[in-house]
Amino acid sequence: MDGIMRILTDPYYIQVLTLTGIYLIAALGLHLITGVTGQFSFGHAGFMSIGAYTAALLTLHLHTPLILNLLVGGLAAGFAGILLGFPSLKLTGDYLGITTLGFAEIVRVVFINMKITGGTQGLAGIPKETSLLLVIVVAVLSVWCMYRIQNSRFGRALMAIREDDIAAEAMGINTLIYKVKAFAVGTFFAGVSGGLYAHLMQYLNPFDFGVTRSFDLLNFVVLGGLGSIPGTILGTTVLTMAPEFLRFVNKYRMLIYSALMVIMMIFRPNGLLGGVHLKDLRRAFTRRRSTEMASQ
Amino acid sequence: MPALLELDNITISFGGLTALNRVSLRVEEGKINSLIGPNGAGKSTIFNVITGIYTPTYGRVIFQGEDITREKPYLITARGIARTFQNIRLFKNLTVLDNVKIGCHSSSRAGLFGAVTRLGWVKREEREITARAQRALEIVGLASKGDELAKNLPYGEQRRLEIARALAASPRLLLLDEPAAGMNPQEKQTLMEMVQRIREMNITIMLVEHDMSFVMNLSDHVDVLNYGEKIAGGTPAEIRQNPRVIEAYLGNEIE
Repeated sequence: MDGIMRILTDPYYIQVLTLTGIYLIAALGLHLITGVTGQFSFGHAGFMSIGAYTAALLTLHLHTPLILNLLVGGLAAGFAGILLGFPSLKLTGDYLGITTLGFAEIVRVVFINMKITGGTQGLAGIPKETSLLLVIVVAVLSVWCMYRIQNSRFGRALMAIREDDIAAEAMGINTLIYKVKAFAVGTFFAGVSGGLYAHLMQYLNPFDFGVTRSFDLLNFVVLGGLGSIPGTILGTTVLTMAPEFLRFVNKYRMLIYSALMVIMMIFRPNGLLGGVHLKDLRRAFTRRRSTEMASQ
Repeated sequence: MPALLELDNITISFGGLTALNRVSLRVEEGKINSLIGPNGAGKSTIFNVITGIYTPTYGRVIFQGEDITREKPYLITARGIARTFQNIRLFKNLTVLDNVKIGCHSSSRAGLFGAVTRLGWVKREEREITARAQRALEIVGLASKGDELAKNLPYGEQRRLEIARALAASPRLLLLDEPAAGMNPQEKQTLMEMVQRIREMNITIMLVEHDMSFVMNLSDHVDVLNYGEKIAGGTPAEIRQNPRVIEAYLGNEIE
């Protein structure tokens, strides 16, 4: 107990936990796009940066409240998602991956060359308004939203597209519109996450949202277990915290991290919690409780 | 009486290959209509034209008096045409019940907003979908398997699940693409009874099948295709006597 208290009051651990929460929100967005709908996006960090810059600029220039800035940042990212989605979601698989990868690079280069974003110098002086509590609240809200989306008529249509898009279309699903909607919602979450990130770091640099960040997010989702919310949570937590807790073997940190991933791929090719769903966990929990009640 | 579905001079070519050449046929309401022919005759192509997956090069598809030739597949389903696939296309990693619930898609309307808010009408609609899916599963005898993953069902049951999924769309016209393929005689018998029960539900059936006794016992009307052309049409008894059909299946006598 004492140890936990120490962790919760140590600024370093708080920072790591807050970052984990922020990445989780972005990862949940990608979970909807890749895990649920089956569309590969290699440019999720690009949408995060759109949300981050939008929210930061609003705070710096218009001094609007944080919640509003986060929402607008999310909407801006979602809007970009729709703009990219309509032409490119007609593509599938690798082609879509390349397009999203290219898009994120374009966003990065645009931010480097714009004056208002501070160019290569980055954007500094953003007030620190993100707290661990706020991130936890937003993350819990995101999980709740994702759970509801996945277990609905809307979510079933997305999963149908992932499983077999021709059959989905034959069942009356307008696959293009549904893919674009999933993309819009997923990138909205990335935008919100970016806004929180901006107000935590107080400084934004386009290089923070490069290809590596996009692939990190994809790793969280894939290694956690595609299509599983608990998997996304676990994947994000393990893969965000592992590099931090491996600092004591500083030199070999990335080596161990990579080895960890290879081992996971060998032993859990479907991800840590592939095929495990919140619905099943809830059902298992209520069943156990009812057997406990019966035995009393 | 106007036909429920009418194909008017359908022609479709892929590059230099003409897969269908001026095929016209009528599907009468309330009947079981079959489409037979040797491999590669164009039977599945006709299904793909009707459901909008292929657009014909020439000709029209008329459903309930309206031209649906260039309509998108999802809109054609909403009009009341549902199908099964020759090479089973289930949503493998979803449960049996979810597969059938997806079949109810075009007759329900809750979207993203409904999913997150779960308002009263959304919950009501979801209950309705579940009930309808359950009924469709009962018709094909899979009611007790709702929680299993589709990929874990044995082959014959997967074929039946495809039929249940199509039924959940409440179609006027049901297209069955080789539903008896790979089934043993007993399973075929069950399937035959199932198809008859579906017809009694006032659903018109169009059937592609290779099993002749299955087709001849079940059909009210049979059309025969060979090399993309319609060579005959009539009752099963007429088809059995037709010299062109016999020739297509057994070949010519050597003079």
